[in-house]
This record gives sequence, structure tokens and C-alpha cells, in this order.
Amino acid sequence: MIGQTFQWLLDPANWTGQGGILAQSLAHLRYSFLALLAAAAVAVPIGLWVGHTGRLRWLAVNLTGAFRAIPSLGVLFIAVLLLLPRLRGEWAYEAPALIVLVLLAIPPILSGTYAGVQATDPAARDAARGMGMTGAQVLRQVEVPGALPLIMSGLRSAMLQIIGTATIAAIVGLGGLGRFLIDGQASRDYAMMAGGSIAVAALALLVDQVLALVQRAAVSPGLRHASAG
Amino acid sequence: MIGGVAWETLGELTLRHLYLAGVPLLLGLLVSLPLGWLAARSRWLQTPVVAGTSLLYTIPSLALFIMLPLILGTRILDDANVLVAMTLYTVALLTRTVADGFGSVPGHVRQAATAMGYGELRRVVSVDLPLAVPVITAGLRVAAVSNVSIVSIAALIGVSQLGMLFTDGFNRNAMGPIVVGVLACVVLAVTLDAAIAGLSKVLTPWLRSGAGA
Repeated sequence: MIGQTFQWLLDPANWTGQGGILAQSLAHLRYSFLALLAAAAVAVPIGLWVGHTGRLRWLAVNLTGAFRAIPSLGVLFIAVLLLLPRLRGEWAYEAPALIVLVLLAIPPILSGTYAGVQATDPAARDAARGMGMTGAQVLRQVEVPGALPLIMSGLRSAMLQIIGTATIAAIVGLGGLGRFLIDGQASRDYAMMAGGSIAVAALALLVDQVLALVQRAAVSPGLRHASAG
Repeated sequence: MIGGVAWETLGELTLRHLYLAGVPLLLGLLVSLPLGWLAARSRWLQTPVVAGTSLLYTIPSLALFIMLPLILGTRILDDANVLVAMTLYTVALLTRTVADGFGSVPGHVRQAATAMGYGELRRVVSVDLPLAVPVITAGLRVAAVSNVSIVSIAALIGVSQLGMLFTDGFNRNAMGPIVVGVLACVVLAVTLDAAIAGLSKVLTPWLRSGAGA
């Protein structure tokens, strides 16, 4: 089995062309980053607002925990059954899956952002206020830079969630590396399934490591020193 | 019948789900305890152990279920693949928490135990471990809830548990079984979560004395 899987992975014919590993990796990345951006556009402002004002705190605290209990495969199927009859055109199959990807990515980003703002050193916040900064200035110049590492770690776990769910979304017709897993099973081609699995695992690791580098770069030098001490 | 699912079927699938999500929880705890302890104890081991185990968590579950037969030599439909995959995810989540838990034991408490003549192993088991329980069980609750959700994906490779209601409902274009399956998963997750929270309370009677602190 191992031999056949590597044979499949090493066969150039499986890498190039439409539906090849490269094209499907790009499709997977495109869906994933699109979903991450959309989720961040919703979750980061709400998280900043909750962290800054302290309102609706229970929501931010409980949201991630509650969402973790919801099985993504079930939500995916529900979304497709509900939305498919109402949609037309080439997006009809992709839209429900993309909506689910975005929905599942919101809680980790929101709670990361909220936790980051909350974790800002109260002394720094008081000093900023004492210097005469307005609420918006405190948010932009003190709380957001302080929150960046945790915002980034929220984005990282959201991205892992998205890449994984995008993989299983191949069952409802989404493109991407999940295709090899689902199509391989349909045609009882274990080498294709396993090869696709290795590719998707590698993609997830790669993206996570890239985001980890961004996370490291996002920490202000001053804070890096403080956390080391 | 509920949502087109026979109660008996629902019960069987729930038990299967509990088995596939719960056993790895125990196995994962058994592996993470020594790993986390090692990570908390030595500085230079901390980064590789914690980073190495959390790397496992980045692998998408469906991919892991399919890759494991390559490594284990099992067949794709074997329960072992799911049990091992879920154990790996549990270890990925728990090792860091266990390390944090052991790290949260105050140094003076450890020194007092040593001064009272406790050997290393006896101190870890009877002083460090009980004090680390609240942190460890917090991690265990996260792992339990996430395991229940992830196990359902194994339905795509044909391993029977509550996730089968999803694929079954989807193939028949029937919403009923899917909704029942989602609700059953959530109830199972919440129950496991509450059970571990309760266990944590029982294991840490000193935290309940309230005003005593």
C-alpha cells in the first residue's frame, strides 16, 4: 500500500493539468483564504468591540466552546440541503460549503481577538488614557498591537478548521485536495486517497507554519521583551 | 422513531460514538501525562514536545483517518484507525495543558514535599498531580468536546457512529436524520463535558471549601 501511494504521489501526471495536485492545492488555498478573510472581516471588529467595551463578554467566552461541539459534517449537509434548491449557476454547489467554512471560522477568531484585547496590560491602558488618548486611540495604538499575537493565534486555529472542513466539503462537490480523498474512495483507489491525504496534511502544516511566522512577526518588539522576562 | 431514526438505532450509534470518542480520551491522557510532565520539568524538552504534539493537530481528520492504515497496516474500515487518530488529537491538545498544569504547582509546595521526605515519583503522583487536576481536566473537557465532533467525520470512510446519520440523511435528501445526528452529537459532547467537570470537582475537594482560602 505504501509503495502504491508513493508511486501515485511521484507520478508527474497526477501533479499537473486540470484536477492535478497543484491545481487542487491552489483551489484549496483559494477557498481557505477567501473564507478566512470573510470570517476575519466579521469576527475581528466584533472581537475588538467586545474586548474594548466589555459588553457581550459572555458571548465571546461561550461561543468557541459551544461551536466546538457542533459537528461540521452535519452542518455542511444541512447547509447544502437548505440552500441548494434555492441557488442557481456555478456557485450553487460551492456557496453552501463556503458559508459553512466562514461560519465555523468566526468563533476562534472572535474569541482570540477578544482575549487579546482583554489581556492588554491594564497599566498600559490606564497610562494611555492618562496621556489623554481617546477610546479609539487606546484601541488602535495600545490594545490592537497588544492583542495581535492572540488575534493571530485565533486566525491560525480558524485556518486549520477551514482547511479540514474544506477537505470534507469535497463530498458536497467543493474542489480542492479533498477531491482525491472522496473520488479515490468512490473509485476504490486507495493510493489516490492516501496520496491526497498526505498532500492535504502537508498543505495544512505548511500554511500553519507560514501563519506562525506571521504571528511571530506580529508581536511588537517591546512586548516580546516583556513576555521573555 | 425520531426524525425518521429508530430509537434503537440512535442508541446503538450513540454508544459507538461514545466508544470511538471516549476511549481515545483515556488513552490520550495516559500518553500526555508523562509527556507533559517531561515538558514541564525540563526547559529544553518543552519546546520540541509541546510543538511536536500540537503539530499533530494541524492534520485534517479525514486525511489522518485515511493515512493511518498506511502506517498501522490496518484496513480502512477498522475502528483502530479512528481510535488511534482520536488518541493522537487528544495528545495534541492535552500535552500542553498537562505541562501547564504541572507548571502551575507552586515551587514552595514542591520544596515542602521534598523536605518532608517525598521522593520524586511519590511527590509527582501525590502532590503535583492532584494540584494540577483543575488545569488538566479543563484541557480534557476541550478534548472531549472536540473528539465527539471529529469522530462524526469518520462516517465518510464508513465507520459507523452518529455521523452515519449525516451521510444517510444526505444520500436520501432527508433533513430529519441529519438534525437528529447533530443534536445527538451536541448532547453527547455536553454530557461528557459535564461529567469531566463533575469528576474534577470530586477530585479537588479543597477548592470547594470556598471561604477557607
